[in-house]
Amino acid sequence: MFTIVFRIVQFGFKGFRRNGWLSTATVAITILALMVFVGLILFRVTTQHAVVSIQDKIDISVYFKNNTSEDQILNIKQSLENLSEVKDVNYVSSDKALELFKTAHKNEQVISQAVNELNTNPFQASLSIKAQKPEQYATIARYLSAPNLSNYIDNVSYAKNQVVIDRLARIIDNVNKAGFTLTLLLSLIAGLVVFNTIRLAIYSNREEIGIMRVVGASNALVRGPYMVEGIISGAIAAVASLIFIAPAIYFASPYLAVFIPGLNLFQYFIANFITLLGYQLLFGIGIGALSSFIAVRRYLKS
Amino acid sequence: MGGPEWLFFLPMIFFQGVAKIYDHLSPALEDVTLEIKQGEFVSLAGRSGAGKSTLIKLLIGEEKPSRGRVFFGQYEVNKLGSSELPQFRRHIGVVFQDFRLLPTKTAFENVAFALEVEGRAQREINELVPQVLDMVGLAEKSKNFPHELSGGEKQRVAIARAMIHRPEVIIADEPTGNLDPFHTAEIIKLLEKINQLGTTVILATHDKEIINNLEKRVITLDRGRVFRDEVKGKYILV
Repeated sequence: MFTIVFRIVQFGFKGFRRNGWLSTATVAITILALMVFVGLILFRVTTQHAVVSIQDKIDISVYFKNNTSEDQILNIKQSLENLSEVKDVNYVSSDKALELFKTAHKNEQVISQAVNELNTNPFQASLSIKAQKPEQYATIARYLSAPNLSNYIDNVSYAKNQVVIDRLARIIDNVNKAGFTLTLLLSLIAGLVVFNTIRLAIYSNREEIGIMRVVGASNALVRGPYMVEGIISGAIAAVASLIFIAPAIYFASPYLAVFIPGLNLFQYFIANFITLLGYQLLFGIGIGALSSFIAVRRYLKS
Repeated sequence: MGGPEWLFFLPMIFFQGVAKIYDHLSPALEDVTLEIKQGEFVSLAGRSGAGKSTLIKLLIGEEKPSRGRVFFGQYEVNKLGSSELPQFRRHIGVVFQDFRLLPTKTAFENVAFALEVEGRAQREINELVPQVLDMVGLAEKSKNFPHELSGGEKQRVAIARAMIHRPEVIIADEPTGNLDPFHTAEIIKLLEKINQLGTTVILATHDKEIINNLEKRVITLDRGRVFRDEVKGKYILV
């Protein structure tokens, strides 16, 4: 058993070396396919980052009537935080709101003066609420419209922004779905291209396979070395694809950061290098070994 | 004819009413019944297309007969599945007109391959392969790849590969078809030597001179049928 496994691996390495041209071509195609694959992963990261940064900008605010005590507001805040749909609730007291307004307009004299001349604070206390998912704002808004809360709540911003929020929620959902479908489709195409390349390489070896069969080689001994060759191509291509794509990401990263603030793709690439390499190896070796396995099968019949 | 007398009573290969039909107008083999005993040297004669190669393909299980049965020792060849064939083929050594060496393996590795498929130990391989390469006169070319060898040398590597695992029978399908007369004589001599050591040899050829010089059993095929089967045969034009 050990002898057979050892020989399969040995034949695989020798075959890979001696079929120089064919191996090079297979590795080259696999590199291209794996670059598409890692590109898709990074594309998903980028769109998800963009989606999250948009999601972060959506919230709904609840404005309280002036006679509502801070305790009551904090109670409502507590009850909101207990909802599974709610991600985060931020309390802004009327004093805080005034202060925020003043800092925002400190360079506009007319406004500052007007505010200073008021005896009472015109700002209402409010809670700004973020949902886990954009489509959950409707549920939260429904919760807030309960009759027992109407004594305290003056208005909820959702009613005004409902159309925009719903539309954004739909767009985000579509971007996610389309991204996923695209990833699946392009991975499939990349996989098929590699599969066909390996199939052609093995097709050109079909006579050899016939010879091995006539000499009495078992199916495992015929098929094994081709699978080892597929694994070697996959592994080399996995490493090479990341080396080739690194400079591309390095140069593209600042441009992407302009469109999507806070995204540093190159840093993400470096931080997740091991994980990405893992994916590449898994995909490269998987497709290499599987393609060889399937491609040799048809020549093992006679 | 080599080997002790009693060996000739053991039927080794038996074709029973075998037919192989690719095309109904001209069957490749039709109603072939024949027996080959252990230790025999049998020539299969007949012009191209007479059915020699088909007979050999059925014998090594590369093709299945359309009718009839093919026996080899304890095996019924026509019933072997693709997973049983490798084991069965280790009882046979085959030599082809086009050599069929593995192009990415050296002469040594090509010969060693026949032992490797049986899972033999590396030590044994390192010992046996040089002996056999020496016997076919290629000790110095063991590190050469097939494309670096002449036709005659390639065929000697193929014979070394066919005999190294001591098969019960060596089948040679037009082994001299691509060789000049000098190398042809050399290869035939080698086959006779192997036969004298007790191995059954089946030689398919359309070379009149080879058959007449051998003075051994000749089975002549014509249009897929056994036309003649003589113990000390001559090449007969049909």
